[in-house]
This record gives sequence, structure tokens and C-alpha cells, in this order.
Amino acid sequence: MKESAVEGQTLCYHCGNECIEDTIVADEKSFCCQGCKSVYEVLSANDLCSYYNYNAHPGANRANVESRFEYLDEPTIVADLVDYKDEKITMVTFYVPAIHCSSCIWLLEQLNRINPAIYYSRIDFLKKQLIVRFNNTESSLRQVVELLYNIGYEPLISLHDVIKKQAGNNSDHLVKKIAVAGFCFGNVMLLSFPEYFGLSGLQTTFSHFFGFLNVLFALPVVFYSGREYFVSAWNNLRNKVLNIDFPLALGIAVLFIRTITEVFTRTGAGFADTLCGLVFFLLIGKFVQKKTYHHLSFERDYRSFFPVAVQVIEEETEKPLPLAQLKTGQRIVIRHNEIIPADAILLNGDALIDFSFVTGEAEPVNKTLGEIIYAGGRQTGQAIEMEVIKPVSQSYLTQLWNNEAFTRKQDNRIQTFSQQVSKYFTIALLAIAFSALLYWLPVDYKKGLAAFTAVLIVACPCALALSTPFTMSAALSIFDRNFFYLKNTTVVEQLARIDTIVLDKTGTITTGDSKSISFEGNLSNQEKQLIYSACLNSGHPLSRMIYTSLAGQQRLATTQYQEIPGQGIVAEVAGRRLRIGNAKLVFGHNDNVPHLTRVHVLIDDGYIGYFAFSHQYRSGLEKIAWLVPAYKLFLLSGDQDHERYELVKFFKKDSSMRFNQSPQQKLDFISSLQNSGKKVMMIGDGLNDAGALKQSDLGIALTDNVNNFSPGSDAILDGKSLCKLPQFLRFSKDAVRVIHMSFLISLTYNVIGLSYAVSGRLSPLIAAILMPLSTATIISFTSIATHVAAKRRRL
Amino acid sequence: MSIIYLLIGCSIFLALCFLGAFFWAQSSGQNEDLYTPSVRILLDEESDPDPKENVT
Repeated sequence: MKESAVEGQTLCYHCGNECIEDTIVADEKSFCCQGCKSVYEVLSANDLCSYYNYNAHPGANRANVESRFEYLDEPTIVADLVDYKDEKITMVTFYVPAIHCSSCIWLLEQLNRINPAIYYSRIDFLKKQLIVRFNNTESSLRQVVELLYNIGYEPLISLHDVIKKQAGNNSDHLVKKIAVAGFCFGNVMLLSFPEYFGLSGLQTTFSHFFGFLNVLFALPVVFYSGREYFVSAWNNLRNKVLNIDFPLALGIAVLFIRTITEVFTRTGAGFADTLCGLVFFLLIGKFVQKKTYHHLSFERDYRSFFPVAVQVIEEETEKPLPLAQLKTGQRIVIRHNEIIPADAILLNGDALIDFSFVTGEAEPVNKTLGEIIYAGGRQTGQAIEMEVIKPVSQSYLTQLWNNEAFTRKQDNRIQTFSQQVSKYFTIALLAIAFSALLYWLPVDYKKGLAAFTAVLIVACPCALALSTPFTMSAALSIFDRNFFYLKNTTVVEQLARIDTIVLDKTGTITTGDSKSISFEGNLSNQEKQLIYSACLNSGHPLSRMIYTSLAGQQRLATTQYQEIPGQGIVAEVAGRRLRIGNAKLVFGHNDNVPHLTRVHVLIDDGYIGYFAFSHQYRSGLEKIAWLVPAYKLFLLSGDQDHERYELVKFFKKDSSMRFNQSPQQKLDFISSLQNSGKKVMMIGDGLNDAGALKQSDLGIALTDNVNNFSPGSDAILDGKSLCKLPQFLRFSKDAVRVIHMSFLISLTYNVIGLSYAVSGRLSPLIAAILMPLSTATIISFTSIATHVAAKRRRL
Repeated sequence: MSIIYLLIGCSIFLALCFLGAFFWAQSSGQNEDLYTPSVRILLDEESDPDPKENVT
């Protein structure tokens, strides 16, 4: 908690940010911007200030946020967004990225105190979703959204993917199946105990009764819980693939048939306990494998980033139009902070476009009238008018999604270890089973059948099927602890096979404010105040960096101020004359220091020193550079090659750095590497990397805030963990080794079991002991070994 | 000993009731959000007549 401010700093009462430029005071509380103050005013007017009691500074920063919601009055758009609507009630689910603490829960569940038309509002914290039910005769969707916006919780409204439409249905069925299997397993165990301990002769009637009950319990386990194994085995057989589900289904079927025959012919007790245990453990393995991150989305494309609607000018009036209906030739209006949804020509207004979502480049770009502006940029400043020249889906950036890499349906780029092994395993299993049958058949057909079925029962690869999910889910939780979120468990194996790493530059190895600042010379306190006050007047990125680095100073009155484009600032502050800028402004001639940016300071004709800016790469880039002999390393940048000189020390060869790459060229470069037999990992952050991320064998989206938009990928990596990438790579190899070892362990159990089975002597008791024992060994071995490996890699 | 038939019948019936209760809980969505209720229970019911006093 940053409850107490560092000396000289004022923290915003609402959001906790440092008040850098101006401090706005209301009710004896300071706020960093008008936005934060207005949220406070809304809350205090509604007696909702307990919000601030649960957490210090619970709000999200509201500076420079301005949104318009007219499009929420369009019935067609509303119909797409709401979950349910009748004459009176509307139900809608919002994704609210700002939800982060208990204060948020408290406030958002009190919405009806601000707007009485809202009957009900509920938060799902982990999914960051808000479900609202309101009276649509008294209030509209737009009013509800504006209310959320006014209290600082702007929902992210998009037609694609943001709200997860009950994707949990599948896992819901799995939980039910596990419940049934566990229920039957427990009861069957109870009913089987008398058999194991030996019933006295008098009570054999009980043993038949118990046997029938066991069969009864086995029915739902086979036909409800275990059904998907039969379905999957059958589908795979039809596609001529032998996967692990085939021996599993075979084992389940044989167990069931043999149990029924033994019970009904009264020749034995059957294997109902083994059967139920097998299905129960297998389903648990499946459940463990299905770990999902509710708050992350790995499938986002440009549609979840682009707005739902855009303002179109038709016959001199503006009206909102759903994005899908936007046609070429239409004139659109883009206001401050709105995203340009399609390639368009600038017709009117000052365009200052922030392409940070597209390229990761933080500095906005100026565009002149008549210039084509590509979709994906965000306008900052006044409203601009544009004419659409390409439909949304055909724009420079979005046409990337038409590439075949995105239409590829199934994600089976790499065969997993268990897929490779299970083919041979199945063949060996069938060979042993049939040779046992053939061996006994001439002697004793009963014993032959017994041996045949026993082999299929005992060699049922339960432990093998469990080793991968348990190892991988343990690995996943270790990655998760290190802010590396994988889409699913197979990604770990893909990670282990990578031999080529491709990095994007802007936003990936450089951060948003990619320069570090330092002052050469000595600054007195008063000089700091002077420079701070002068720079506050300027919007230039370098000035912004200077005043941010001097934040907390007292602001002095500026009496004269002039900004000379391309040179710097000339100002008079508190009676002192300041010249802050490049050498031309301060000394009158250019200095000849290439590759470095300096801002010199002159106060009252006395030279004080200069601010030096140097490019700052993410820490740990040199560690990635050390990977080089074992891995091939490439750089793909959409930018000019200004930094070639500084980057060559990381990438060694000039040829492994490519600049000026378009999104399509990035994708093509990846596929050319793949064609030469490389397994490529792409690390990128912007929409322009989306194609390369999708094409690569393993695409990692890098982000500084995992709740922000990130393009579709196999994994999401928090920027501060990029330095751990070498450890991640080594650890993934360890995890695969753990799977190999646990496979050996389960094979050992199989061999022990088989020695009983081929001789036809398998008793239900031995099967009932071997199966859970091997399962328990595998589960404990995999999780312990994975955690030990993680410790060794310091993860 | 034939009381065992009754006892086993009873125990299975009871166990089935619990299984049914679990199915009901699962389909009514009680297990969908396992985190938020744990926070919600710590938030006070609004009873403070003048919350502004609290703020300072």
C-alpha cells in the first residue's frame, strides 16, 4: 500500500498517482486530474464515500479519458450487447478492466443507490465482469454505461470475445462427470471391502448382492462419466490415428464386460472398483489439464480492440453506425482518444495519431491533410474528419487476419510426447494381449480369455495418461507465479522444442517510455524548480520526461514562454531567463554527438549542464543474448534502423536484425524460418505482430499490464519477466524430462502387472491395489519433481 | 444379518441425496464464482448515517 506519500509528493486521493502537473483540491483532498475529482464528486454526492475506506486510493486514473456513448442508443447495437431483454427488464454483462479491489466490488454492487432503475448488479471478480439488471422503461443501456463511466469504471464494449459467453459449460459437464465417478467409486470401494477381507461361507448371498450393486454403480461410470473416451477412441480410429484414448477405452470396456460376466456367472467379484477408480482418476487428470485464466484472453483479434460503432456524417448530420456496416467513401468523425477503424484519408483537422497499440511506439505521429491514415491508430487532440478508403476487414492492418495462419482451425502444430508414445504403446499392448491369448488357447480357453482381458486391464495406461496433465499443470502454476501465462498445458511442450527466438523491437525489448534520463552537472533546488516550471508548459515528449523526473517541485510563475520547434524552450520563470533545448538553441551551433540525445540548460546566460537521454532496453535483454549458440536469435522491427548501432551488441550479427518490416513481412519471415526446419518462438506486443505470433510455433504476447489488450497468442508474458525467459526455456525442458521419467515409472508398474496378467492369475485385489498405487506414485512424483526443477531454475 | 439390506439401501439413498444436491448446486451456478463471495462477506452492510464522517 502506498498510503503515506514520499516527502514532497502528493498522492491523488482517488487513484493514488502522484500529482505531477497540477494538484486539484476539493474537500481538503488532492486529486491529480479533473477526472479523478469528478468521480469523487459523484460518489460523495451519493453518500458512497465508504468506497475510500476499504482501500487507500482504490480508483483508476481518469486523466485524458473521454468517451462517447451515443452509439448505445442504436437498437441494433443494443440487441447485440445485451444478454436478455423484455418490455421491462434488460440484463447485460460488462467487462470492466478497472475492477481490482474490494472497494470496486462494494461500489459496483451499490449502483442502485445512484440510479434506482438498476435492480441488481453483481461482480465476478476474477473475470472482471459486471452483471447488471435494470428497468429499461426508466433507464437505458447508454445511461447505465455513462453511469459506470462517471464513477470511473468504463466498461470495455466490444462485439468480440470480451465477455466470455458461458464457455464454462464444458467444464461444468466435466465436474458433474467427476462427481458421478467419485460417488460410484466410493460406494463400490465400500461394497468391495468384504470381498477383500474374505466373507465366511454363510454369507455368500451378500457377496452376490454386493456384486449386483457394484455392476449397478459401474453403469453410470461407464456410460456417463467414461463416455467421451469411447467417442474419442472411435473418432480417432476412423481417422486412422491411435491415440491414448484407444487403450483407455479398451481397458474400460474390458473391465466392464469382465465384471458383468463374473458377477452374473457367479465366478468372481469383478473389477468394478478398479473400473470406477480408473475413470475417476482419468477425469481428474482431465480437469487438472483444463486450467484456465478467467481474466486473460488468448484469442483476441482486432475486433476486440476496435470500437463497436463509429460516427458517420450523412447529409450534414452525425450518426453512429455499427462498424460492420461501414463502407468505403463514407465520411467519419474521430474524436480525441477514439480509434480509427479503417484506412482513411484525412480531410479535416489536426491529426496526431498514437499508434502505440499497433506498433508499440509511444510517441504520437503528426499527419497532414490528404494523407492516408492506417486503421488502428488512436487520435489525440481535436476531432478529425476522414473518408474511408477501405472496408474495415480489408485495411492495411486488419487484412492480416485474412491470412491462412488465422483460418487454421486445429492447433496441432507439435505432436505431444504422449501422442507419439501412445501409438507404439497401443501396438505393443495388443501384441502382448493376443500372444497371451494364443499361448493359452490350445491348453485352456478359459485361462486364455482371462489372460487376454487381464493384460488389457492391467496395462491400461492410466498412469501414462495422468503423467502429462499433472506435470504440465504443475509447470503451468510455476510459470503463472512468474507472470508467464500459458494458454494451455501443451504450450509447455512447445516451449521445450523451440530453437529460434524472434523478438519484436518497440514495446517488446523497449518499454513505452524507452529512454532513461540523467542530468550531467549539478542542480540546486531552485534550478530544479525553474526547469520544472518551464517544462510544464510544453507538451513535447522530452519536456514531459524532464518534468516527470523532477516531479514534486513547487511550480513557479512563468512570465514569458516560447517553444521553438525542433530546438527547445525559451522562457522566463520567476524573473530568471531559461533556455532549455538542443545545442543549436543553447550554443548556437550543432554538437556532433551521434546516437545520443541531449537537452542543454542555460539559466541567465550561465551554462548549468545537460540532460542525457539514452535508449533503455528491458533489463535481461543481455541474458537473452547469451542464449545465442543454443538458440538462434532474430529481431524484427517495424521501425527505422536508428538503433541498429546500439542493438548490434545484443544480436551480434547485422543480418539477424530486420528493420522496416510490415506486419505481412513479419509473418512471412517467420514462415520462411519454419520452412528451413526451425521451431520458431515469436515475442511481440502490438497488433502488427499478430500475424507473426499466429504463424510461429509459439507466439508470446508481451504486455506490461496483463489486463490490457494483447493480440491473440499462445502465451502472455508480463514485461518484467522477460529477463526470466532463459530460465523458462530450461525449465520447460525439465518438465518434459519429468514426463519421460514418469512414463518409465508407469511402464514399470505395467510390467509388474503384466507378469501376473499373462499367467492368467490377476485377482481383483491385485488390480485394485496396483491401479491406485501407480496413480498416486505418478501424481506425487510429477508434482514433486516439477517443483524441485523449478527451484533449481530459481523460478 | 438381513438388516444389512436395509442399511445399505438407506446409505445409498442418503449418498444419492448428496449427489443430487451437488448437481443442483452445480447447475444453479453456485460454483461459478468462487472468489467474489469471500470478499463480499467482509464488506459492511450500509448502516452509517453519515459516511462523510468516516472518510477522514
